[in-house]
Amino acid sequence: MSRFVSEFKTRATEKSGDLRHRQFIRTALKGYETARDKRKGAFQSWESARQAAAETKWEAINHLDQHLESFVAKLESRGTKVHWASTGEQAREIIAQILRDKKARTMIKSKAMTSEEIHLNQALEKEGFTVVESDLGEFIVQLRHETPYHIVFPSMHLTRDEIRDLFQKEIGDVPSNSPEDLTMVARRVMRQKYIQADVGFTGANFAIAETGMISITENEGNARLTAALPKTMITLIGIEKILPRFADLGLFLPMLATAGAGQPMTGYNTMYSGPRQPGEVDGPEEWHVVLLDNRRTELLADPEQRDALHCIRCGACLNVCPIFRNVGGHTYGTTYSGPVGSVITPHLRGLQDWKHLSNASSLCGACTEACPVKIDLHHHLLQNRRNASASEPAFFERLAYKVFGIVANEPRFWSLAKKIGWITQPLHAAVKGSALDPARSWTKTRDLPPMPKETFKDWWRNRK
Amino acid sequence: MTVTLFIPCFIDALYPRAGISMVEILERLGHTVVCPEEIACCGQPPFNSGYHEDARTIATPVLEKLKDAEVVVIGSGSCGAMVKKFYPELFAGTRHAEIAKQVSARTWEFSDFLVTKLGVTDLGAKFPHKVTFHDGCHGLRELGIQKQPRALLANVKGLEFVEMTEVSCCGFGGTFAAKFPMISTAMGEVKCATAAETGAEYIVSSDSSCLMHIQGLLSRQGKPTKTISLAEVLNHQ
Repeated sequence: MSRFVSEFKTRATEKSGDLRHRQFIRTALKGYETARDKRKGAFQSWESARQAAAETKWEAINHLDQHLESFVAKLESRGTKVHWASTGEQAREIIAQILRDKKARTMIKSKAMTSEEIHLNQALEKEGFTVVESDLGEFIVQLRHETPYHIVFPSMHLTRDEIRDLFQKEIGDVPSNSPEDLTMVARRVMRQKYIQADVGFTGANFAIAETGMISITENEGNARLTAALPKTMITLIGIEKILPRFADLGLFLPMLATAGAGQPMTGYNTMYSGPRQPGEVDGPEEWHVVLLDNRRTELLADPEQRDALHCIRCGACLNVCPIFRNVGGHTYGTTYSGPVGSVITPHLRGLQDWKHLSNASSLCGACTEACPVKIDLHHHLLQNRRNASASEPAFFERLAYKVFGIVANEPRFWSLAKKIGWITQPLHAAVKGSALDPARSWTKTRDLPPMPKETFKDWWRNRK
Repeated sequence: MTVTLFIPCFIDALYPRAGISMVEILERLGHTVVCPEEIACCGQPPFNSGYHEDARTIATPVLEKLKDAEVVVIGSGSCGAMVKKFYPELFAGTRHAEIAKQVSARTWEFSDFLVTKLGVTDLGAKFPHKVTFHDGCHGLRELGIQKQPRALLANVKGLEFVEMTEVSCCGFGGTFAAKFPMISTAMGEVKCATAAETGAEYIVSSDSSCLMHIQGLLSRQGKPTKTISLAEVLNHQ
């Protein structure tokens, strides 16, 4: 068993039995669901919108090479420096080198899951740079030295009291636990950092091939300040964030807001097309765009699961997933959690190490139903299971299925198995739920149904 | 017509009343029912664990038995989805590919067969109880069955129907329940609580495997809510 699976099981056991956590997350995500369903009603047809979005992303991903070339050519024509990073390590080095060249000390960041993916903060801090998260949720988890709990709501696992206590300890002078007061405390710190920062770092929600723009969606205005105040701006983008046309944002911006947060539109949507141009009075003097592969092209090479690159990181699949709701975001041990994380992590970080995430699913399909770009998520989990079993079958599981196949295919054996079950039933009662019980993984928390003396097939035979 | 009824292994071994009810209902509607005795399992457990070769070992004789059927009716949304949706995928590129497609096209889940194929919604049943309905995820999302069981329950005399506030998985998920019992149990507890909120005496479902999970939790926790298959409700006088 890999280290990752045992860690996952330990954390899952702890979290899924934590009733306070269960109640807290369920209440939060049910609130989201209600808001989302209300906003879906504002679309003429949500299902048609999903179909249109899926087709647009299909086009983007299936012609990714052309779209990326166009995107980069447009960016460069306005003076942006574009860097290509095949791996997380390369991306970290490119960004660190920019900071060194600029003799920077402090970098302020808006929210970017790609930076979590490449562990950027740790790498830069190791070199002595100060990195400050400016998204409130990210700022909170950074103070706690934690990874984001959820890709859209990084600190949703914390109560207002916990955040107040954290701020009191780390910053001080916190008047109350009201969201307004807590925000003002963070703002007090952050405003100073915006002014001090030498470099502003952002992610991007969309990269527009037609115009060479990036689009950033946020609710707090922090990304705007991050991009506007420091002299140097760096943006890290996964190559799959491409949209072919500017007009596509007309669909994708409201869709991202609705699917992700149950909002009609996110508070601020800003498009950036280059550094400060001659004659302009503000904006960064230099803009570096780092395009990150980090094994996305391996997913691109897989026709069966290529649509996983459609993902716009809205978090809808996490929000509706009964597994996520019970084990929480940190249990996964991955940058991208929930169904989409379970699908793509084996591609990004190795199938055998991360196949357990595909097994840890009842395949209920709520994720696929919720996905605004129609990624066939739960079927991809099945495909991951198939690929994992084909390349490295688990000996005892395989043996069990071989035996099961022999029993199921021979009516006499099948009858006998049922009889043995019926006869041993009273014996089982004696060990039920104990360490001696072969069915303990079931009977520890659940009863087994009593086996009837007459099975359906007995009845059918007798009747004839 | 002659209905080939595929009784899933769960129903055969643990819930024969559900299967017997299906036979009696179909016969009362004037159809001839045949149950191929040699079929035990559809092959879903190895399929869902990723062992396609082992799944084909079980599914191939099933296909052979079903290939000449006029219609195939399966007493479970989950096994129904396996035959109707996943057999064509499982057998793609094999010599059974064509048969798998043909059988898939003639296969129906029980409630879908009654309502969609036969156009029957009133079976003259009486069940004077307050009930709620649990949608098995495979029936709901792989086969798109949601209205059919409700249409059937709406015509059961004395039955008071109440929906749960949330459509959610019961946490069974086949081998998932044994591989990740802690998560499966938590999901089941949420399901039981949602059902209890309705005040229903019975949780009804088309899937006996889901009911086995839900009932297993209810019994262990000493909860009064009971479970019963849709077919038994529809066959209740």
